[in-house]
Amino acid sequence: MADASPPILQIKDVCKDFVLQGQPIHALSNASLTIHKGEFVCLIGASGCGKSTLLRIVAGFETPTSGEALMWGMPIMEPDPRRGMVFQDYALFPWLTVRDNIAFGPRAARRPKAEIRDTCERFIDMVGLRRFADAYPHQLSGGMRQRVAIARVLANDAEVVLMDEPFGALDAMTRERLQEELLDIWRRTKLTVIFVTHSIEEAIYLGGRIVVMTPGPGRIESDNEVTLPRPRDVSSPEFNDVRRMLSARLHSHHAPKVA
Amino acid sequence: MSVTKASPDETSPAATPAAGAPLQWLARAMKPMALALVVPLLLLAFWHIATTNRWTRLIPTPADTAEYMVDFAVGGIYDDAFSGTLLTHLLASMSRVYGGFALAALVALPLGILIGRVATARMVLDPFFQLMRPIPVTAWLPLSMILFGLGARSAFALVFLGAFYPILLNTIFGVKNVDGKLFEAASMLGCRGKAQFYRVVLPAALPSIFTGLRLGLGLAWFVIVVGEMTGVPQGLGAVIMDGRTLSRTELVICGMIVIGVAGFISDRIILAIGNYLLRWSPNHHG
Ligand SMILES: Nc1ncnc2c1ncn2[C@@H]1O[C@H](COP(=O)(O)OP(=O)(O)O)[C@@H](O)[C@H]1O
Ligand SMILES: [Mg+2]
Repeated sequence: MADASPPILQIKDVCKDFVLQGQPIHALSNASLTIHKGEFVCLIGASGCGKSTLLRIVAGFETPTSGEALMWGMPIMEPDPRRGMVFQDYALFPWLTVRDNIAFGPRAARRPKAEIRDTCERFIDMVGLRRFADAYPHQLSGGMRQRVAIARVLANDAEVVLMDEPFGALDAMTRERLQEELLDIWRRTKLTVIFVTHSIEEAIYLGGRIVVMTPGPGRIESDNEVTLPRPRDVSSPEFNDVRRMLSARLHSHHAPKVA
Repeated sequence: MSVTKASPDETSPAATPAAGAPLQWLARAMKPMALALVVPLLLLAFWHIATTNRWTRLIPTPADTAEYMVDFAVGGIYDDAFSGTLLTHLLASMSRVYGGFALAALVALPLGILIGRVATARMVLDPFFQLMRPIPVTAWLPLSMILFGLGARSAFALVFLGAFYPILLNTIFGVKNVDGKLFEAASMLGCRGKAQFYRVVLPAALPSIFTGLRLGLGLAWFVIVVGEMTGVPQGLGAVIMDGRTLSRTELVICGMIVIGVAGFISDRIILAIGNYLLRWSPNHHG
């Protein structure tokens, strides 16, 4: 990555506490992360270690208890179409067809009609849903729904795509194909992706950087660059080396903590 | 809060005919109708047997009733005060049913949206409506007659009351229970604040609102007889009441049948509209 360019995202000493039944929960403790334009960053960690919380702070759905999150140097105050979110359970609008789901963002931005139409058709083709353009979400398979969710974020000119275990509910075959397609889209566009997963394999397959998080309280354990050439061979010894290294880091919090 | 929901529906529009087998398709399309007719036909047979064997003398035979129905509809058989008046009474009742229903919808929809979305409105209005709701429409009858007098206005008011609560409660339920994820999805796509009301809340609440409207219209037909007990000259409820005072059971039965059929057709129509508008919803039949 070109280190000279200013970072698209900066997370500075972010803490996030929730109160649950009178008990404070430290969901995130002193998380810092700098991400440059065009990076593909994976967040991995056991459930409950604050991955979603971190992502939701970047999205603007949550505000940090302390610290700050910046995009292009400006504090993130609220959700913004420049940062699109892809949810695990899709969160498509069930009353809109595939085409209208994709048109939702451009319509909210009051773009000219002709432009909205062109944008929609382009992204319908990009995610291969031409035949299903007029179908409703409940008529689609999980993989197709997630393609719509990705397309509607891209159609909105998002610069950053935040993905929270997006392929977690899909079968293995569909997941692999969507991983391919996502990498393909990422290569062709200049997207910055933050991808949450609890699968080490998925993280190594996709990520240029892998951020390992550990629970209790949720914090960033390490930030690892992955230099394996793409397309990555899941069965190669190099892949396995990275896997072993990350696995050790994931479980490092079981070791006695240094005060 | 307890909310009545319509059961998932029984019928779905007939499938498109399979090429090459029109007869088979016809048979398949007729089957639900044939099955639906089993119970009414059994009942009709029992009615026929019971009355022709004189197990009871208080109820006319189906044949007599049918004959009377024809007279009620087009006249020319008995030529009494009720001959050929069906349409007049039906139209009078329909105007009250649809008028009261439309007014109930006009009031209950905005009110339900307000109570469902605005916390202050909910705190002020919800307890009041919860308190009023258990009072049955029939209990309002005397008060309604005092307030609105004997006649059409009273009937109208009772139909309004009958249709009001299901629409109100289902609207509140619908706008209150929008999946929170959809608000997040809308806001990250650039649709924020008030714009979310039209683009998220209303469409998401539509299935519940529609359920409320359907129940409301059903109840409007349900209370029409009570509403027309208030001394209106015309209407199917009035016909039934007159039939009772004149001890003309065949008139009562004819009135009941017309209400049943009219209510049924009315329900099919609103269901067809709903199925079209909610074709996106997996819980409604497309
Ligand atoms: N809205 C919330 N209210 C209370 N606690 C929450 C809330 N969101 C997350 N948490 C808690 O914060 C911690 C981190 O959650 P999360 O970020 O969802 O973890 P992950 O996505 O890594 O599984 C968990 O203990 C979770 O219970
Ligand atoms: Mg999570």
